[in-house]
Amino acid sequence: MNEHDDQPLRRLLQEALPPLGETPARDLWPRMRLRLESAPAPWPWLDVALAAAALAALIAFPQAIPWVLLQC
Amino acid sequence: MDLARRFAAGEIDAFEELFRAHQPDVYRWILRLVRDPAVAEDLTIETFWRIYRARARFDPDRCFGAWARRIAVNLAMGHLRHSHREVEMPQAAIEACPGPPLRDHVLSREARTAIARAFASLPARLRAVAELALIEQTPYCEIAAALGITVQAVKSREFRAVRRLRELLSKLGITP
Repeated sequence: MNEHDDQPLRRLLQEALPPLGETPARDLWPRMRLRLESAPAPWPWLDVALAAAALAALIAFPQAIPWVLLQC
Repeated sequence: MDLARRFAAGEIDAFEELFRAHQPDVYRWILRLVRDPAVAEDLTIETFWRIYRARARFDPDRCFGAWARRIAVNLAMGHLRHSHREVEMPQAAIEACPGPPLRDHVLSREARTAIARAFASLPARLRAVAELALIEQTPYCEIAAALGITVQAVKSREFRAVRRLRELLSKLGITP
């Protein structure tokens, strides 16, 4: 089957399914802005990793806790 | 610093500029596939939301428009695959848009609805190619780039879509 054979089908489809419009009916930026503002802040993975490392170090070396407290 | 680099660095003003510049193209590609303006608006927002979240991974030397189009088309294809709703012509659109008359006949409203339903029943992969190639007359190379497949695959899907549509339409007593 070639493109020539498809022409009647193409015309039929184009008539039954006409284009719906090329551009949105309204400006979508305000919705986009709302979406950006309502998004939760990204999880601070680096901060969490540093805190976990510090906690692990204190568990591994509890004798260091007084020294750490003295630094505060 | 150019716009793409400012966007990749997280500048919201640069993102707004890119949004306004590429929103029509993104919306148009999605609408062609989902054929529902409300869904197309939602998916356009979702496309740019994903773009914004992925800004740190964006290479400013690459074409922003092509990247946005791929994300948009993937989202639209996902919608076609997973939506349980049939993507039908809204009745209002059928009535409001008579379309160009054929030489030999004019389709009745019932025939249009039946054809739209037959079209909507195609698998998403075939429907997307049929929509773009048969209805929108989009060049094969553009379809291939947007769908991330080869031109040969586009032609193959178009062939299968035409065969399937002919079967469906003949069952409805419509022989194009």
